[in-house]
Amino acid sequence: MKKLSARRRHPLAAVVVLLLALAATGGLYAAFAPAGTAKADETAQSLAIEEGKKLYSVGCASCHGTGGQGTTDGPSLVGVGSAAVDFQVGTGRMPAQQPGAQVPKKKVIYSQAEIDQLAAYVASLGAGPITPTESQYSPDGADIAKGGELFRTNCAQCHNFTGEGGALTYGKYAPSLEGVSPKHLFEAMQTGPQNMPSFPDSTMPEKEKKDIIAYVQAVNGDKADSPGGLSLGGLGPVSEGLFAWVFGLGALIAVAIWVAAHTAKAKKS
Amino acid sequence: MSSQEIPEENLPAGQDTAHGAVMVADDPFADPGLPPHKPRIQDIDERAARRSERAVAFMFTLSMLATVGFIASYVIFPVDKIVYIWPFGRVSALNFALGWTLGLALFFIGAGAVHWARTLMSDVEIADERHPIAADAETKAKVMSDFAAGAAESGMGRRKLIRNTMFGALSLVPLSGIVLLRDMGPLPEKKLRTTMWTKGLQLINMNTHEPLRPEDVAVGSLTFAMPEGLSEHDHHFQTEIAKAALMIVRIQPEDIKDKRELEWSHEGIVAFSKICTHVGCPISLYEQQTHHVLCPCHQSTFDLSDGARVIFGPAGHALPQLRIGVNDKGFLEALGDFDEPVGPSFWERG
Repeated sequence: MKKLSARRRHPLAAVVVLLLALAATGGLYAAFAPAGTAKADETAQSLAIEEGKKLYSVGCASCHGTGGQGTTDGPSLVGVGSAAVDFQVGTGRMPAQQPGAQVPKKKVIYSQAEIDQLAAYVASLGAGPITPTESQYSPDGADIAKGGELFRTNCAQCHNFTGEGGALTYGKYAPSLEGVSPKHLFEAMQTGPQNMPSFPDSTMPEKEKKDIIAYVQAVNGDKADSPGGLSLGGLGPVSEGLFAWVFGLGALIAVAIWVAAHTAKAKKS
Repeated sequence: MSSQEIPEENLPAGQDTAHGAVMVADDPFADPGLPPHKPRIQDIDERAARRSERAVAFMFTLSMLATVGFIASYVIFPVDKIVYIWPFGRVSALNFALGWTLGLALFFIGAGAVHWARTLMSDVEIADERHPIAADAETKAKVMSDFAAGAAESGMGRRKLIRNTMFGALSLVPLSGIVLLRDMGPLPEKKLRTTMWTKGLQLINMNTHEPLRPEDVAVGSLTFAMPEGLSEHDHHFQTEIAKAALMIVRIQPEDIKDKRELEWSHEGIVAFSKICTHVGCPISLYEQQTHHVLCPCHQSTFDLSDGARVIFGPAGHALPQLRIGVNDKGFLEALGDFDEPVGPSFWERG
């Protein structure tokens, strides 16, 4: 301190004080001024909504109504959120090909950019679940065993123990989870597409969803191990028993017939 | 057997055209007997027999090698080693090796035995004549007289006290076994009629193990709950959760058709037993748009928007509903036990 006060009359002291003051003012301005980038974001957002609305009018409005209010052919989209759009359009379920008990997964016809625009438009109709970011759904480091427990409590009743899917009432079904991306798994749990109930963060926190995704990937992913080899659809003892009785016993009968049909006599008759 | 093999003398005799008369064999239906025995190559050629012997021995040796392979695989492969094998995919090396070696060991024992029996063991057909089953009269008479003599000597007919007490003793002995069946009890008494739920117990989310708030339960969501105070580590957890398991959904109050269901709900949040009323399978295949719940065991279907009445399948009655409310801390709580027994019917259910 003594050193500083000793130099206060130095010819350059005024310059130093001036510089400090300028830096402080500039810093304060930068901190408090309305952010120009935020404005740019907002413009981009409203542009996306505009574009999304155009896409919506062409691809979705005939069933969901011109303002997303829903018609007899399709439910209201107010409040379904961008996550629902990302799931439905991103898995090719929407736009639907034909009415029926359940809209199946098919080829995706929109690019991810278009899906994002559609999602932005639908999200602007009413607040709903937001498309998750990778840090939300990435199963890296999640607890697979805990995920298995949660899966068996919440999901296995419809989707089978290893996510092979299963039948529901009147032509509806729980689809197989094989090859479904972590993002779409997360969105399905979050939004409850079609007849699937939703599992919102309030009753199933994000971390538990990640555990479930990690479990599904471990038992039914592209790189999942199948220690027994033939999984026979992973449907449990019924399909395994059927296989053993039909093919196992069938092979034994075929061998028995082959043995009996070939005589060992020297002179064939 | 083709017709050429039937010996000539057993065929109906042809017409004797020279005399214009028909000649009939003595008995056209006589037993043709066994066809003549035909030898195998191994019966004729000693070298072929030795080849067969070597083939059988070779198969048995392969079986031995496969067994050695089984033991070696068990020692060599760690239990968690995964290898890629086309077309099965990523399989456990241990399982794969154990299955194949054991399968081959058993197969070659069978194949060797079959080859041995077919080529080397005697294949001469033997006819074994049947004999009448009944004993001859002399033996029968001897047995009857022996029995009568024995009965008289034992005094069974004369000493009635001994005979009757013996019958008593013999008929009472099985009672011990019947009494031991009591250990299958105790009788269920009221346990089938009540669950752990009582007034004031909070509904605990089975995922987070936290009490549920009404605002946590969104329309269209599905949540499972257990009673407050029950822990998965409890000794009696399975017994209790088997009766108390709850399925919680939220339906727009105007969509609830059943009046009592609406009254027992909290702002459209309804809590139903998760145990099917048919044979007690856990039932939670909930369709959020139709509000149907399907049982995976026998396809009983319940309509949760209409008092969970049965709309399809073998279930006998609606799923029991738990009356719920909100306590002063803002958590969902039960307002009593189910008003009827949960799960499948039983004789005394009424």
